[in-house]
Amino acid sequence: MSTVVEELDSIGERRFEPKAKDINEDIAWAKINTDVLRSLERPRPIFWVIFLSAVALFGVGVACEIYQYKTGLGVAELRNPHVWGLYISTFIFWIGMSHSGTLLSAILHIMHADWRKPIYRFAEAMTTFSLMTAGLFVLVHLGRVWQFYYVVAYPNERWTWPNFSSPLVWDATAIGSYLTTSVIFLYFGMIPDLAICRDSATGFRRTFYRLLSVGWQGTDRQWSNFRITYLTIACLLIPLAVSVHSIVATDFAVSQQPGWHTTSFPPYFVAGALYSGCAAIITLFIILRHTFRFEEYMTIPILEKLCKLTFAISMVWTYLNLIEYASTWYGTDVYAKQALIYRATGIYRYWWWAMNFLGSVVPFALAFKALRTHVPTMMVVSLLLNLGMWIERFMIVTPTFAHGYYPWTWSDVWWPNWIQIGIVAGSFGWFTLLFMLFCKIFPSVSMYEVKEMVYHRIRARK
Amino acid sequence: MSLDNLISNWSKLRVRRPQVDQYKDSPYKWAMVIDLDSCTGCNACTTACYAENNLPVVGKKRFLEGQAMHWLRIERYWGEGEESTQEFPEQGAAFLPMMCQQCESAPCEIVCPVGATHHTPDGLNSQVYNRCIGSRYCSANCPYKVRYFNWYNYPESAWPSPLELQLSPDVTVRSKGVMEKCTFCVQRLTEAKSKARTEKRNVQDGEVVTACAQACPTSAIHFGNIADSSSTVAKMWKAQQVELSADKQKKDMKHEKMPAASEVASGVGASVEAEKLRGYRVFEELRTYPSVVYLERIRSGEV
Repeated sequence: MSTVVEELDSIGERRFEPKAKDINEDIAWAKINTDVLRSLERPRPIFWVIFLSAVALFGVGVACEIYQYKTGLGVAELRNPHVWGLYISTFIFWIGMSHSGTLLSAILHIMHADWRKPIYRFAEAMTTFSLMTAGLFVLVHLGRVWQFYYVVAYPNERWTWPNFSSPLVWDATAIGSYLTTSVIFLYFGMIPDLAICRDSATGFRRTFYRLLSVGWQGTDRQWSNFRITYLTIACLLIPLAVSVHSIVATDFAVSQQPGWHTTSFPPYFVAGALYSGCAAIITLFIILRHTFRFEEYMTIPILEKLCKLTFAISMVWTYLNLIEYASTWYGTDVYAKQALIYRATGIYRYWWWAMNFLGSVVPFALAFKALRTHVPTMMVVSLLLNLGMWIERFMIVTPTFAHGYYPWTWSDVWWPNWIQIGIVAGSFGWFTLLFMLFCKIFPSVSMYEVKEMVYHRIRARK
Repeated sequence: MSLDNLISNWSKLRVRRPQVDQYKDSPYKWAMVIDLDSCTGCNACTTACYAENNLPVVGKKRFLEGQAMHWLRIERYWGEGEESTQEFPEQGAAFLPMMCQQCESAPCEIVCPVGATHHTPDGLNSQVYNRCIGSRYCSANCPYKVRYFNWYNYPESAWPSPLELQLSPDVTVRSKGVMEKCTFCVQRLTEAKSKARTEKRNVQDGEVVTACAQACPTSAIHFGNIADSSSTVAKMWKAQQVELSADKQKKDMKHEKMPAASEVASGVGASVEAEKLRGYRVFEELRTYPSVVYLERIRSGEV
């Protein structure tokens, strides 16, 4: 009997043995301020390297877009069955990327997972900027972009409305609301930190932060209002995030084409979105940690937790992916089955197998502690995962065009040309540009939440 | 104002199509019958369509890139291994003229975000160029891939002066970034209807035909109004037992249903009758309910 008790005790002890800490709780509040504010002033030189490459890439994208806008979409070598090309694939990619910011900042906020605190700010910024990038693709792919506002439901003198049964109208509405709410959420959560910036800045920066911090004094009343509002917006944002990618999925699921007309698309898209978003957060985590010397805040245990989360989501995605294959394979829809076989054996087969490998096999690297805690490996793995997720979107859109219902269009071999690739590259430049500017102008680690985290941990220790 | 318009016309936004006897009380429902046995693949219909509808000739390079604007195209099909065995590949090819099928339940209509493509009361699937923003969702969802997009500003290059004088004044010259497709020569239909209206009557059978039907040397393309049961096309639909609002026609039943024992015994099996039918609609099983009936080719082996 006694041995059992001893054994139980030892298990208990093992369970409570001290783990690596998410954050050093003895870190002084003043030091938190200095460390984070320093990021607004003097980043490592690599910051400028990244920034300038982003500007260059963006320049390439703008040049391609101007040429395409002037001449017509034909220069992108889009053609009859392949009417969307890379634009819509990359649009889904960017929309997907926006989801994990909300996961970290809103869902984990409600679940009181406090390890999110040092990293949610940049994740939320990532949400906002990737949504803005996705919005650009909608405009880039339109034939008559100067009339994009026809899609928006607004009362007008022509007495006309958009077609409410079209998923693109749902898209415009959902993305519009999600972007607005994310921007408000990002800004609102930043107000106490902007006040800290205001207090330590001088000159025009002081005016800038003073205007943005809207008279924040840190009184009890302000804090209590702030908390309630923050929680309310967080609750509002979660259903929006889920609905946005479900609606993007309905762009395909509502259509009739083989390979798109799939009931499981909405959850599949949401899982894929969280997956690519988490992988992108790991990438940006590592970049920021190095560029702005945030090693004390973006610690390895937090990276580990992030990796575990990504691994869990990658398995959900894999499951939904396999379900889609299985339901198509054993289903009665011969066209969908043919489309699936075409993906695996047609001209896009290497891409398809690469997507399955990168999406479902590579994440197993995250299951090993030695790999998880090794920063350069994680950088490579997270980039590979995101590459896999980009290919996934390419594999959803393109093979269906190449092998749809109509045999007359089957022999068509189509690859994106340099205009499309240039615009896609430009979108990465645009995103990095916005993101790096944000990190330079605004505190990318939430100072007040890190202080809160430290405070709660000290109290728990006592 | 526009909100009132939306609320009062809400029920018209989603009309279930097709319904049985939908066109019973309406004067027109335009439809076609194309006899593949008569089609020789001469491309006269395509040429007529180019001339009638101001279609730009895109040039060899863009044609090879797949950016041609032929609203009506002649497709060539060969059986397994046939193409390589022929001295001339065209020999023995089966031809299929394919244009917009003017589906009653059109996949393109529900997905257009701005309602630029919608159903007209006379059963056409219309395209409003002014409203089109060029999202190309309609083309992505079209099972027949018969929608053509203006990838370039064709009026700039397709008709160098003085060729612009050949353009038909009744048809819009489309600009860069809009979708277009076969309209069943809607300008001719409108003209005929308006003429008939001034004379206080309905358009008679044969009074108006599409450019392709007019140009076809073998009369493979028949065009008409199936709301008028005395028209040639309505009679042909009836003879082939093709129902506009059915998603499976009599002809297809022969492949599925073995005749019941009693029918065999009495010798009046549905399958026996179905053997003679040639009329089918493309992708009937997708439930798009097209307005174009094709008459199957009679193969030399079957004669």
